[in-house]
Formats: sequence, structure tokens, C-alpha cells
Amino acid sequence: MDLPPVLRSEKGAIETIRKGVRKRNRSQIFLQILGIGAISFAFLMLAILLLSLTSTGYKAFVQTYLTLDVYVDPAEVSEEQLPRGGFDDVIEAALLQYFPEAGEDRATRRALGGLPSNGAQFILRDKVAADPSRIGETIRISVPVSDPYDQLNKGLIDRETPEQRRRVDNREVAWFDALKEEGLIRTKLNWGLITRPDSRFPELAGLKGALIGSFWALLVCFVISFPLGIGAAIYLEEFAPKNRVSDLIEVNINNLAAVPSVVFGLLALAVFLGWFGMPRSAPLVGGMTLSLMTMPTIIIATRAALKAVPPSIREAALGVGASKHQVVFGHVLPLAFPGILTGTIIGLAQALGETAPLLLIGMNAFITSAPATPLDASTALPTQIFIWADSPERGFVSRTSAAILVLLSFLIVMNGLAIFLRNKFERKW
Amino acid sequence: MALTAFTVLFAVSIAGYLWNRRAASVLREGGARLHSLSGFHGLYSFLTAAIPAVVVVLFWLILQGPIIDWLVMSGLPAGTLDGLSKGARQLTLAEIKSIAGGRIFGTPEPWKLEAAERLNSLRQVGSVLMVIVAAALSGLLVLLARQKVSDIFRARHKVERTLSGLMIFCATVAIFVTFGIVASLLFETVRFFERVPVGEFLFGLNWEPQIPLREDQVAAEGAFGWIPVILGTIVITILALLLSIPVGLMSAIYLNEFAPKRVRAVAKPILEILAGVPTVVYGFFAILVVAPALRSFGASLGIPVSPNTAMAAGGVMGIMLIPFISSFAEDALSAVPQSLREGSLGLGSTRAEMVTKVLFPAAIPGIVGGILLAVSRAIGETMIVVMAAGLIAKLTVNPLESVTTVTVQIVTLLIGDTSFDNPKTLAAFALGMMLFLVTLVINIFAIRIVRKYREIYD
Repeated sequence: MDLPPVLRSEKGAIETIRKGVRKRNRSQIFLQILGIGAISFAFLMLAILLLSLTSTGYKAFVQTYLTLDVYVDPAEVSEEQLPRGGFDDVIEAALLQYFPEAGEDRATRRALGGLPSNGAQFILRDKVAADPSRIGETIRISVPVSDPYDQLNKGLIDRETPEQRRRVDNREVAWFDALKEEGLIRTKLNWGLITRPDSRFPELAGLKGALIGSFWALLVCFVISFPLGIGAAIYLEEFAPKNRVSDLIEVNINNLAAVPSVVFGLLALAVFLGWFGMPRSAPLVGGMTLSLMTMPTIIIATRAALKAVPPSIREAALGVGASKHQVVFGHVLPLAFPGILTGTIIGLAQALGETAPLLLIGMNAFITSAPATPLDASTALPTQIFIWADSPERGFVSRTSAAILVLLSFLIVMNGLAIFLRNKFERKW
Repeated sequence: MALTAFTVLFAVSIAGYLWNRRAASVLREGGARLHSLSGFHGLYSFLTAAIPAVVVVLFWLILQGPIIDWLVMSGLPAGTLDGLSKGARQLTLAEIKSIAGGRIFGTPEPWKLEAAERLNSLRQVGSVLMVIVAAALSGLLVLLARQKVSDIFRARHKVERTLSGLMIFCATVAIFVTFGIVASLLFETVRFFERVPVGEFLFGLNWEPQIPLREDQVAAEGAFGWIPVILGTIVITILALLLSIPVGLMSAIYLNEFAPKRVRAVAKPILEILAGVPTVVYGFFAILVVAPALRSFGASLGIPVSPNTAMAAGGVMGIMLIPFISSFAEDALSAVPQSLREGSLGLGSTRAEMVTKVLFPAAIPGIVGGILLAVSRAIGETMIVVMAAGLIAKLTVNPLESVTTVTVQIVTLLIGDTSFDNPKTLAAFALGMMLFLVTLVINIFAIRIVRKYREIYD
């Protein structure tokens, strides 16, 4: 044998091999470190994502409220004119009780009137309209303060910044602090975030319209894609002959699952809105569009679930004289159902987070009322997030994060349900 | 009303099911030997009644609107529509509709009020008629089905054939959808190319779709060369892949070959969370955290960084693609047969050598397929770039500058009010067509690679 010189003596050979092994082990450790580094990077990004969302979003779950005793002046509000009336003047007058010196000039009075949210007059109006006999009485109302004061209270506006670069000037800070001294400012849980529809004012904006819109869209999506998806999957898995047509269908379905979502939006815009003349921004159209994207997911999940049912079940049923249809619908489908349901929920969760196709059919409109039917214009959760993320008002930053947290919690619940169903009902054969 | 119609027709069909089943059971009790079980006789009635009625109601719902519109418009007093353009006619119709909906602005002409009243009454008549038709049709079909119940009637065969037909219909919906996508994109794209020459679109270096709305407006003329747009898409895609391929591959190798079972059990679901986050959330993450961080980092080095860099969008897209690539790589790695692992370990290689010299080369086709699918996702990804990338098409490959992408242009061209007769909106469809074709080719290619590769070791 022709060995290199170092290997000709036993000692030299051992030494060389040791060196080699050390080097090889080092490179193994290096590879492992790279792997751990890669995973840690992914986790770090997820952590930063969640932390940044919660740290900006949690502040929108509470809201600063101002409690005011308002004298409903019959000179401003008369029963005949309801629901019209000078409710904003009434509120301004209530504030002037605390700061009589602000009433001297118009501009200051205006600024003081801007302390409670612009929606305060409507809250008061609804109260009075519900019970007109209270005109002339003093009513205690609790209204959100407008966004700059809300941010001041939450510490998002730094009192140390020079006055001209602050959104609330010293005079306004003094008013707010005085009201706080009086115990009229309170921080409450912000139920308005889910019970109010969208608004131009961050302190009043809520997700009610978006939640209902998303609900309608998902319902339509489910009603369309669930039966169609299961029917297609059963046919392809159990009945379809192996020929070019079924091959074509298969390629189609696999490809549809990978078509960019925005293309489905284009399809919906051209076909549903353009050719069929369906209404813009309607959850019905949104749900139909989403169902086209959810269907491939359901088909693929259903086929996997059907495949997992062992052939012995089919053979046993056929053996006792069941027809092919009876085997599939009476035995295979019930056994595959937990898997189908899991896949469907996961598909619907994806649909809930889908944004781009909904933008194209106009579900990003500014709509201040919740949709009553699937044909009314509305937004959906992800498009509402997009609208708020685009809004210039500072108060919408934390609202956006809060809306994202709401969306993520829905997704967690849906996926959790899917995992629960899988663990609880799925059988291993 | 649609809900009422469906409720009625399903109620009638279910009644038909019960009636036929009962009839069959009575025959059986009378000693007759029936070909089919009673349940199939019931199902036969249900299917014969429900399917045609559902189809009729669906068509009714689609056609009712246009037909009523036409009736209202043709019923207007003679002369009111003379000389009006198509747009003006539509405007009149819209006004009549809003009056019918109770939203009256100003004082409309009396003929409009009359037309609105007629519209409302037509709508009411139409809805009531629809419910009646649905009930009558399903009832008639149930009666017909009832006649069929006999000992020799092969209800099971009929039911099974109908079910097969329904399932085939479901399966072909996928083809209809693809056909719909191609047809709608093609239709609008052709109209676009009637206005803008194909050569200009494919090879033009300028993308300025903001065309003047009025004749006298001073604005850009409108240029539709897609090169800068596709270049921006490529830049962002490459940035995303530069981040996601190494990270995704390394984590897949680690999870599949080195990680202890417990680490794997925890790490995989966490990676899946990353995959389940909606893209609009990633988009917000990009503008909330990543873009400002990049800017301040750039400022500390003295490099000017624009607010919507390709880097921020590409980086966040890369994070989104990590779990995607990692799961495909893991599939490819675990598809490599155990014998290859054992063989190489048996020859004395370390685990690292086994992975890099045996497993990895064997898994490459599968990994490449996964990467190709990731490329097609990156090209088609919309929300991240809409929120984090720029709007203006610049011919640059500098990742610190703001670039735009195909999907961003599609969305910005179509957001807001759209009409189908100007090149601006049609351009979006042309871009969509290109996007569809490119991703289609990549997808088919990738799916084929992944599938073929799986078969080798099966």
C-alpha cells in the first residue's frame, strides 16, 4: 500500500486521524450553531412582531373618559327640534363652569370645547332623544375625550417636549390636569373598540362593522366552499377514473392553491362586479371571492382525510353488499369527517386574514354603520386594519395594533379549535 | 326574500323526502319486495325537487336586477331619455334607485318619483313571484316523484347517478374558476392593448399611469412601460429570498437532523405561527418597526434611507417565507430514505458530513421546488409591499431606495372608484395577466419537480 509519509508510523497516523476528527467535529458543531442561529432568528422576529404589536396595541384597550354634569338648556335644545339641537354648545357650557375664564374669547372657548370627543354631542343627543322629558335637567354623561388628550393621559405625549412641537399646548394641559384633579377624568376599559363602527376620530373608531362584515364574508365563504370542496374531493379521490380530464382538474386545483390572492381580486372585480353587476364593498361578494381561494384548501385537506381511511373499511362494506356510493357516504366520509373539518377551519382562518382581494372589490371603504345584510357595504377585519394603518392620526397607530391583536386572537381560537378537533377525533389506524 | 325562497323550497323538498320514504315503507309493509331501500325513494324525491328549484332561484336572483332595471328604464315617459349618453342613463337609473331606497336629495322630477315607485313595486312583485315559483316548482316535482314509488323503481341508481353528477359539477368548478380568471384577465388585457401598444408595455422604461382626467388638466401623459415595475418586483423578491433561503434551510436541517425531540416538538408549532400570521399584519410590522429601524440605522451610518425602502418590504417578506421554505425543505429531507443516512453514518462520516454530502444533494430537487414556490409567493405577495414599498416606479436596483411592484400597482390602480374604460384601470388587468402567467409557469414547474422527486424514493 502507498500511504502518505505521516501515516507510515503508527503514532503519526493516529495523530493525523485525531486532528482530522477534531476538525470534522468542529465543523459539525459549526453547522449545529448555524441551525440554532437560524431558528433563534426566526423566533426573535416572531417575538419582536408580537411584542411591538402588544406594546402599542394594549393602550387602545383602555380609553380616557370625561364625566360631565350637563345642564340641558331648553334655550339650546327644544323638544320640537329633536334630534337636532345645540348639543355641542350645551357641552361647551358645561365645561365653562369649570373654566369661566376660557369663555372670554371665541377661540379659547372653541379649544375648550374640543376637549371631549367630537362624538360627545351625539352621545348626549341619543340620551335626550330617548327621554325628551330630561330637557331642562342636568344630566351626568361619561364621554371619551378627544384623541390628543387621550394620548396625553396615556403618556404617549411627552409633557417635556417644547410647547410648539406638542399636540396639546400648555393651556390645554392645564385644563386637562384641572379636570383630573376634580376626579372627572377616568380611564375605563374600551368596549367601544368592538361595539362601535368605524369613525374618523380615533377615540370613537371601533371594529363593529368590520367584525360583522368579516362574519358575513366567512359565512358566505363557508356555505359555498364547504359543499363544493367536499364534493370535488370525494369525486376525485373515490370515483374519478384516471384519465386526462381528472388529471387536468387535479393540476387546476393544485395551481389554484398557489395563484396570488390579488388575482382572485381581479377576477371578482371583473366578473362579480363588472359582468354580474353585484354591489361594491358587499360582504357577499367578499365571501364569494374568498370561497374561490378556500376551496382548493378544503379539497386538498378532504382528499388527505379520505386517503387516511384504510382500504379495509371500504372492502368490508363492499363485501357485505354496499354500493360504491353507500361505502363512501355511509362509512368513509363519516370516518374522514374530523380531518375534513380541521382542514375547513384552517382554510377559513386563512380566508379571515386575507386582505388583497377584498381591497379590489372595495371592502376598504369608509363606512360608519355596521352592515345589516351581506349586501350592505362594509369592511372586514383585515381591510379595517389596512385603513387604520393608512390613517394619518396618531391615535390610529395603537388602534391598528389593537385591531391586529383582535384578528390574531380570532385566528388563534380557530386554529386552536382545529388542533383540538384533530387531537380529539382523529383516529390512527 | 332569497332566504324565504330557499327555506320554502328546502322545506318542500324535505317534505317530499318524508312522503316518499313513508310511501315506500308502506309498500314494504304490504309485503312488496322493493328494489331500493325506502331512504333512497325519499332521497330521490328530495333531489328531484331541490336541484331544479335551487337552479331556478339562483338564476332568478341573478337576472331579476337587470330585468327590472330594463323594465323601469323602458317604462319611462317617452322623450325623457332622448339624447342621453349611456353614462347619463346609468346616472338616471342610479338616482331612481336611491329615491326608491328612500334617499331623496333635492326635489326630483315627478317622473323620477313615479319610476322609483314602479321600481319598488316591481321588486316586491318579483320577490313574491320568486317565492311562489320556487314553492310551485318544488311542489310539482315532489308530486311527480311520488308517482314513481313502486317495487320495480330503481331509486338508488337514480340517486347515485344524480350524486355523481353533482360531484362532477363540484370538481369542474375548479376548471371554471381558472377559466374565469383567464377569461376576465384576457378580456381586459386585450382592451388595454388596443389603447397601448404591446411593445411599449413590454419594453418601455417608464411607468406613469396617472393620466389626466380632463382634457385641460396639466398632468403626465401616462406611460405604461412595465420594466421598472417588474424590476422592483425582482429586487424585493431577491431580498426576501436572500433572507429566507439560508434561515429556512438551516432551521429545517437543524430541526430534521440535529434537534432533540422535545426541541422539535416546541419549535415546529412556533414556526407555524409565523406562517399563520396574515400578511396585512406583516405589512403593519414593516411600517411600524422595520422601516423606522432601518432608517435610524442608516442615519447612524450616514446613509440616506428612504421611508419605504425595498429593504424593509423584502426583509419582512423574507421573514414571512422562512416557515414556508423550512417546511418544504423538511419534507424533502425526510423523503430521503433512511438507508442513505445509515449507509453514510456506517462509513464513518459525522452527522454534519452526512447532512451536507449525502442528504442535502439527495434532497436538492425537492428543496428547489419549494424555493420556486416561495418565489411565486414572493412575486404575488401583495399586502406587505402595498403597505411598505413605494408607489413610484423607479428604474433602480438599490435596495435602500423606494421601488414599486406589480401587485402594488394593481392595487393602487384599482383602489377607489374604478371605471372599465380607461387605460389606467385596464393596465392593472394587464399587470394581473402577467403576474398570473409568471406564477402559473413557476407553479406548474415547481409542483412537477416536487412531485417527481417524491416518486423517486417511493
